[in-house]
Amino acid sequence: MTSDNAILKMTGITKRFPGTLALHNVGFDVREGEVVVLLGENGAGKSTLVKIISGVYTRDEGEIIFNGEPVDFEGVQQAQQAGISIIHQELNLLPERTIAQNIFVGREPTIPWLPGVIDYRKMVTDSKAILADLGVDLAPDALVKDLSIAQQQMVEVVKALSNRTKLLIMDEPTSSLTKREIDKLFEIIERFKRNKTSIIYISHRMDEIKIVGDRAVIMRDGEYIDTLDVKAMSMDEAVSKMVGRTITRLYERHYNQPGEEVFVTRNLTGIRFRNVNINVRAGEIVSLAGLVGAGRTEVAKAVFGYDPILSGSFELFGQTIKSPSPDRCVRLGMAFLPEDRKAEGVILKMPVKENLVSACLSKLFPNGIINSAIERRHSERFRRELKIVTPSVDKLVGELSGGNQQKVVVGKWLSTDCRFFIFDEPTRGIDVGAKAEIYHLLDALAAKGAAILMISSELNEVVGLSDRVYVMREGDVVKEFPRLELSQEAIISFAIAKEDDRNA
Amino acid sequence: MGETAPDDGISLRVFLDRYSRILILAGIVVFMAVTRPDAFWTMSNLSAVAFQQAPFMILMSFGMTLAIITKGIDKSMGSVLVLSSVLGAGFVKNGQFLLGISLALAVGIACGLVSGILITRVGVAPFIATYGVEWVALGLAFVYTGNVYIYDFPQEFREIGTGRIFGILPNLALVTLAVFLVLHFMMRKTVFGRKVYMVGNNFNAAALSGVDARNTVTIVYIVNGLLAAMTGILYMARLNAADPGISAAFTLDSIAASLIGGTSFGGGKGSVAGTIVGALIIVFIRNGMNIWGVHTTWQQTAVGFVIIFSIFLEATTQKLTAFAAGKRKTGE
Repeated sequence: MTSDNAILKMTGITKRFPGTLALHNVGFDVREGEVVVLLGENGAGKSTLVKIISGVYTRDEGEIIFNGEPVDFEGVQQAQQAGISIIHQELNLLPERTIAQNIFVGREPTIPWLPGVIDYRKMVTDSKAILADLGVDLAPDALVKDLSIAQQQMVEVVKALSNRTKLLIMDEPTSSLTKREIDKLFEIIERFKRNKTSIIYISHRMDEIKIVGDRAVIMRDGEYIDTLDVKAMSMDEAVSKMVGRTITRLYERHYNQPGEEVFVTRNLTGIRFRNVNINVRAGEIVSLAGLVGAGRTEVAKAVFGYDPILSGSFELFGQTIKSPSPDRCVRLGMAFLPEDRKAEGVILKMPVKENLVSACLSKLFPNGIINSAIERRHSERFRRELKIVTPSVDKLVGELSGGNQQKVVVGKWLSTDCRFFIFDEPTRGIDVGAKAEIYHLLDALAAKGAAILMISSELNEVVGLSDRVYVMREGDVVKEFPRLELSQEAIISFAIAKEDDRNA
Repeated sequence: MGETAPDDGISLRVFLDRYSRILILAGIVVFMAVTRPDAFWTMSNLSAVAFQQAPFMILMSFGMTLAIITKGIDKSMGSVLVLSSVLGAGFVKNGQFLLGISLALAVGIACGLVSGILITRVGVAPFIATYGVEWVALGLAFVYTGNVYIYDFPQEFREIGTGRIFGILPNLALVTLAVFLVLHFMMRKTVFGRKVYMVGNNFNAAALSGVDARNTVTIVYIVNGLLAAMTGILYMARLNAADPGISAAFTLDSIAASLIGGTSFGGGKGSVAGTIVGALIIVFIRNGMNIWGVHTTWQQTAVGFVIIFSIFLEATTQKLTAFAAGKRKTGE
């Protein structure tokens, strides 16, 4: 399939890494001003492909024609000069520099009569113009480290735009954005399209793909599978092509009669939340919904003793606690699965087995001495139970895919005796197949009588899995929904009500 | 997908990681044994190096290695050695050995506790915290001694540093060996050792796994203080003097031995066994250069080169690791 207005044509792209064939004979086109969504599970080869396009890797075979000419980029800089920019999942900004400095990094304007001296004032005026043009409300001389993740992402977008980009690659750009920020991003994408900029968009969020995408290219196991017209395709069709099997039901819950109250907060107040009164019963999945920054994660971290509690207390398995610490919480049977998996959930440079026992060291080795046979047996068991894909439990966790890393986090906590779990964004950045497994696991945990508090920005999973939902807004719990009253619209209306009032 | 295929990057990495230092050490020893068998390959020289010079550096470097594994550093070790030994020296001179030794060890523990609290409870960076303790400890030592040596200890005390068990194995070597075995076991086989590596690799993830991360770090600094005090006692017994002037050299040597021994400043990586190799490399380089009659200032330079070389090795292995991990992930 070729088309005349294609900005990027790829044919027969193949990439080998020792022991694996990462890409095999992949080829498709990207037309001028269109958004091509790249769909595939983790490990399907999406990142390898975009790294080849953007000059990070070189291909072994195949041809890339960009803007009418065959190209062979050596390094990101060459690709950038040709007009290809990439926004990675992990942001690449200089935290101690200003927004303007970040936008112009590497191509700073100089003062005409003072060669070599950076014209900071011009950088600021130019940045201000671009920001205003995009309707992004940010001051060019704010330091990047003071921005929220969402704002930082906007800076990346602005940076790419100001770079006269012809092809922009976005790898999971919305994974840490709120609903409104996502809308803003989509608006900006529309502008890119009008300016004839093409976009390759990688996302695991199926709902967004419908809104933003023109065509979807589906990859699986390093191969090109199909191209679908986004407007016409059904989600089931796309998913089954991605996974190569049919996922029957994403959300499955076995609701049972909740047991006794396991976790109750009493006027809990911390740095970014006030007077929180919530409870979770055995066998329940209770969600904390709200916008990013509403204080949900902060509640969880304070309860786990990681952030301070300013006033109030909570009750865990009947014990009243005012100043918790993580080790005490674990001893009492509470598990915390943090949002930022790589930074806080696992230790990337340690083997799978050491991560899997890391939360239950004193339980497994009561005399303080590590028994490697027990360690191996224990970790092998959880590798099997959770279907963690790794050649061996001796592999470093950093070498696993995102979904498998998340399974290691889950496994690490399942192996404790914990009966109260806090899951913070349990499915962020993992693919549909792994998501389904995590949902299944949450349900199974609850069915076995565990109490679960889930924090999630994905409203469909909140609605699909929860017994009850508390909605937080700017540090307050503003609403509690029982299961039968749950809907995405209702949750959103409470999560953002204040802003709407203000706008009205 | 399921890869068990041999991987050049991995095996080279493992090789560099495990054997490069041993090979360097062996190279130095072989070179000296071949070129200067007369002066180097003699019982008296080898035993002087192994049993008299190396043990002090090895003992101190053990502590430094632990600190660096927690992603910290203990700048204060040399000063703590000095302060604890001069404070103990008075009692020792009066024949109150047990009191003197206990006081020295208590001072070491107290200094470590102060560093640990500053780092974990006050939130001071390890370099700054121990740098402060270094100044205070050394200052107190000078105040106490009035900047003069304390020397001439009773013979029975000196036996600790100069004596031999059964007339063969020097006490110093025995103590070093015993400390090595304890620490080696602790780091490799105990839950505490595992926690030290976890905390050094990723403090937040360790804390969020229910590991008492702050206490773990504090205990490491206490162990360091204890090791410094112990070394101080042995040193005092060996030299028959307590000398405030030696502190800086001890600290720098122990950092060098840890680095050369493969301990990474990135935290979470290193071993006390590697540190022994690192310390022996330094000691043998110095010994070899002495035998060749090279001026001591050049020894400093040579050790510097070895440090740079081992950091280069470390960086290379890390790159290989990252490369292998990258291939793996994208290749899956």
